[in-house]
Amino acid sequence: MDRTIGTLIKIAVPIVIGVVVILILNSITSASCLNDFEGCLVDGGMDTDLAGLIAISLGVVLVATFPLLVTILLIWIERKFAARIQDRIGPNRVGPIGLVQPLADVVKLLGKEDITPAGADKWLYNASPVMMVMSVLLIWAVMPLTPYHYGIDLEIGILYFIAVASIGTLAVIMAGWSSNNKYALLGAFRVVAQLISYEVPLALALLVPVMLAGSMSMVGIVEAQAGMWFLFSAPIAAFLFFISSQAETGRAPFDLLEAESELVAGYNIEYSGMKFAMFFAGEFMHVFTNGVLMAVIFTGGWYGPFAREAPLLAFTYLMLKSGFWYLLSLLMRNALPRVRIDQLMTFNWKFLVPLSIANLLMTAFLLKLVQEGGLAPSPEEASDFIANIPQTVVLFLGNVALAAFVMTLIRNQGREERLAEDAGEPSDLTVTPAPAGD
Amino acid sequence: MVPLWMFLTAAAGLFAIGAYGVLSRRNAVAILMSVELMLNAVNINLVAFWRFQTPMDMSGQAFAAFVFVVAAAEAAVGLAIIISVYRGRRSVTVDDVDLLRW
Amino acid sequence: MTFGDLTYEAFAFGFFTILTLGGALGVVANRNLVRGAVWLIVSLFGVAGYFVLLSAPFLAAVQVLVYIGAIGILFTFAVMLTRSMTNLNERYNQQWWIAAVTSIALFGMLVLLVILPVFGEQETAVSDVVATTADLGVALVSGDAYVLPFEVASLLLTAAMIGAIVIAREEE
Repeated sequence: MDRTIGTLIKIAVPIVIGVVVILILNSITSASCLNDFEGCLVDGGMDTDLAGLIAISLGVVLVATFPLLVTILLIWIERKFAARIQDRIGPNRVGPIGLVQPLADVVKLLGKEDITPAGADKWLYNASPVMMVMSVLLIWAVMPLTPYHYGIDLEIGILYFIAVASIGTLAVIMAGWSSNNKYALLGAFRVVAQLISYEVPLALALLVPVMLAGSMSMVGIVEAQAGMWFLFSAPIAAFLFFISSQAETGRAPFDLLEAESELVAGYNIEYSGMKFAMFFAGEFMHVFTNGVLMAVIFTGGWYGPFAREAPLLAFTYLMLKSGFWYLLSLLMRNALPRVRIDQLMTFNWKFLVPLSIANLLMTAFLLKLVQEGGLAPSPEEASDFIANIPQTVVLFLGNVALAAFVMTLIRNQGREERLAEDAGEPSDLTVTPAPAGD
Repeated sequence: MVPLWMFLTAAAGLFAIGAYGVLSRRNAVAILMSVELMLNAVNINLVAFWRFQTPMDMSGQAFAAFVFVVAAAEAAVGLAIIISVYRGRRSVTVDDVDLLRW
Repeated sequence: MTFGDLTYEAFAFGFFTILTLGGALGVVANRNLVRGAVWLIVSLFGVAGYFVLLSAPFLAAVQVLVYIGAIGILFTFAVMLTRSMTNLNERYNQQWWIAAVTSIALFGMLVLLVILPVFGEQETAVSDVVATTADLGVALVSGDAYVLPFEVASLLLTAAMIGAIVIAREEE
């Protein structure tokens, strides 16, 4: 009994303290130079253009530095979480509960010798890790962090995200080629095949929230979820986006390419020291960015009670939601076995792509039906929860029907395979080993 | 606002460089790369004219989008042919593919 | 916004021109074809920058997605798969000087005889009200706009995809 109370107190007290601190900080920062930096500079007598330039540069530096700093925390979260799932403790020597461990990692990687393999193309070899990290950082430019603070509100935010994600594949090929190592090159080919295959269901799944919101801009998508999260209107699209984004970053169960036994054939085998650290940090940052994107596109971003009055609270909501999705992807990583490369390709082209096309067609059809049938909420009541329910129910039922149909197909196919196997014929799923002595 | 003739001059320069690449390189892949440069120059022209002459009518951007499609299809098929030729003859120098020459 | 006489837009235009034309020169004048593919990608980035300057953000994003993310990678793969055993090949064939003269003449004719006389005086756009991406979407599927070329383009892409797979497949 007192253990329960003790645990409850351990959870509740930090939350209460945290909320109070956030509200105090918010009231301090809302009326000062921190919110209107440019105005502050101009009042101080600086030239208007120069003040504008400095304000924009400061914004750019802040938006670009935030994910890099968060990555340091993510390394610790990842290792502790993985350790607890595997029934061990995780890093606990360096600093209280191991919090300083990432810094120790960074110091170790900085101290390593920075070699370039003989015969490698020096310029490309050094530029590939930079391109990899760049392709992740550029996504943060369009991320709406609070109702009033975001890098830029592009009219084509979602398309920008997909375009920037395809730069990462270029970085992988350059890394594999410039290492002057044919196993690295082969590994890079396989990684690129996986990455470009999973871009297709990613893009098709992202079209569904664009249709529901009527705009490709990230800020527009967050604003359109005022009434109802898109997670409830389009659960299949959320599932598709989650799975495809896990495969895009090379995260388990799709991490064939960085598995310990495959490292001889990995594209980053010739990298050591800080350059390897950039690939490593880029991958962590990419997983967190995917979590934030899941939160922004499907679960309402910074929405929550009192979000508009207290921007810091809105930011906290965003971080909580993206932390949930991030921990979900960590759970997937630590609990599921790895898939083979041919299973990966089959899964994508024979399951995800037809499902995403069918989902898109069905959602378009149902949305038009809802709008013609008058069930859609009118623009005045778009942010009312009750008014959004009819449209959400129709779309949700459509998704459920599609999922049931797909499950029936899979179940029938599975039954056929099982019957064929019982009758003694080999199936596609088993791999007959090559006869020895070939 | 940057005047129209500057965009057109840049596009013309890109086109001329692409034409030089097509006419003077020996490697088939390099020739295809120069063809892509020329297609990009055409796209710049289309979009510049759209922006400066008819910004309300979407024909310019639609035309540029179709040029994207055609360029992608052509690059895919051209590179497939080059790889097939390479498999047969182990060389992608265009001078070596001359079986049908008189 | 101005910074003396150099507006931000002119600065951006100059930067993108250097990227585009410099990348193009790198494509036609390199010895190492992989470097040439990288220069092609640089040049395509410059063209995407032009599209942004010309208020066509959708085309800029599609340029990065299709050209750099797909065609650029395709070219890189093709270069890596068709390395010749000897790198002693000359870059240029025997008519390279005729080609140089022709392309310079082409550029000169285009600029001096077509661009400057006809469009030299136009300083600003006809109007600054620009149609948005939503209008492009409507134009591509609307019955009295470009739905037929849109469908034919999708057929073309399907045929090209099947054709490329069939041509490049290993004979079994």
